[in-house]
Amino acid sequence: MSKVIVVTSGKGGVGKTTSSAAIGAGLAMRGHKTVVIDFDVGLRNLDMIMGCERRVVFDFINVIQGDAKLKQALIKDRRLENLYVLPTSQTRDKDALTKEGVKAVLDELRQEFDYIVCDSPAGIERGAHLAMYYADEAVVVTNPEVSSVRDSDRVLGLLNSKSALAEKGDGSAVKAQLLLTRFDQNRSASGDMMSVEDVLEILAIPLLGIIPESTSVLKASNEGTPVSLDEKSPAGKAYMDAVGRLVGEQIEMRATPGEQRRGFFQRLLGRTA
Amino acid sequence: MVFGFSFRQRKPNSAQTAKERLQILLAHERSSGGASPDFLPLLQRDILEVVRRHMEIDSDAVDVKLERSDDLSSLEINIELPYAKTAKAQGAN
Repeated sequence: MSKVIVVTSGKGGVGKTTSSAAIGAGLAMRGHKTVVIDFDVGLRNLDMIMGCERRVVFDFINVIQGDAKLKQALIKDRRLENLYVLPTSQTRDKDALTKEGVKAVLDELRQEFDYIVCDSPAGIERGAHLAMYYADEAVVVTNPEVSSVRDSDRVLGLLNSKSALAEKGDGSAVKAQLLLTRFDQNRSASGDMMSVEDVLEILAIPLLGIIPESTSVLKASNEGTPVSLDEKSPAGKAYMDAVGRLVGEQIEMRATPGEQRRGFFQRLLGRTA
Repeated sequence: MVFGFSFRQRKPNSAQTAKERLQILLAHERSSGGASPDFLPLLQRDILEVVRRHMEIDSDAVDVKLERSDDLSSLEINIELPYAKTAKAQGAN
C-alpha cells in the first residue's frame, strides 16, 4: 500500500524542501521506492536541493497537461536506487495545477511507489492546498518561533477541514505529525527559545522528530545532497530517526545533538578557565 | 579552522559548489527568458511526427534526456524502434 505524505508548514523558510529531500532520501535508503514531488509551481527548488537541476527535461505540469508521460518527467536519483524526483515547472503559474490533474498523477504514482512525498509551497493557496489535498499523512515542519507555530496551527486546521480525507465526512483524517526544525537545545535550555514541550502543548499533535540547527544543512543544500545522506551530521541522524518513526518504528527521541552542545560546553569551559 | 580553510582551497568547498551550480543554472534560465526549456514537449511532438511518417512507433518508447553544464549542454532523444513490427508492416506492403 502506498502512502502520500505532504510536507507542509504555512510559513516559508522553515525547511520544507530540505525536509522533503531528507525524508525522501531516508525512505529510499530504507529500501522503500519513493518519489518526491515539487508543488511550488513557478519557484522550483526541490531539484536544486536534490542536486538534479541540470537534468530536468519535463515536469509535473507537462504531465498534467498531457505534454509528457509521467515516466519521462521522473528523474532517477544517481545516489539512491529507490529515489525519484518529479520536478515542477519554473515557467507556468500555479493555476496550471488542477485537482483532477494532481489526482491523476498521484493515482499513477501510487501504482509504482511505496511513498509519495509532496513538497508543499509556503502559504495556504492553490499549490499548498493541492499538495495537502490527497495526503494520507502530513509532516508539519515548524521552527520553535512564534510566527512559524502560529502558521502551523493554521495549516493543521486546513488539513482537518480541506483535505480529501476530511471531506469524506466519515471521521477519516490526515495523520499529522510535527517535525521541529532548527531547534537549538542550548537556547531552549536557557529559556531563549521555546522548548519542544512548549510547541507540542500548543499544537497538540504527535512529535515526529527534532532536527537540531546544524551547519551540515547549509552544506548539504550547497552541494545538492539530501542532508540525511550525511550520516555524521546531527541533522542527518535526526532525519533518519524521524524517517524510522514515519514508517512506524519506535525510536526514542534523542536529546539533540553533538555539535551545538559541545560548542556550548567548550565556550563555557573557555569562560570558566 | 582558519588553517584548515586555507588547505582546503584546492578541493572546492561547498560554498563554491553552490555558486557554480547557481551560475550554470541561472545562465540557462536567463538565456531562455527566465524559462526552462518549455519548447521540449513541442520538439518531441514534432520529432515523433516526422519519425511516424516512416515507421510505427509507440509514444511510450521515447526517452528525452537533457544534461546541462557550463560549457556544453546535450539533448539526447532515444526512440525505441519496434523492429519486429516494422519488418512485418513492410512485408505486408
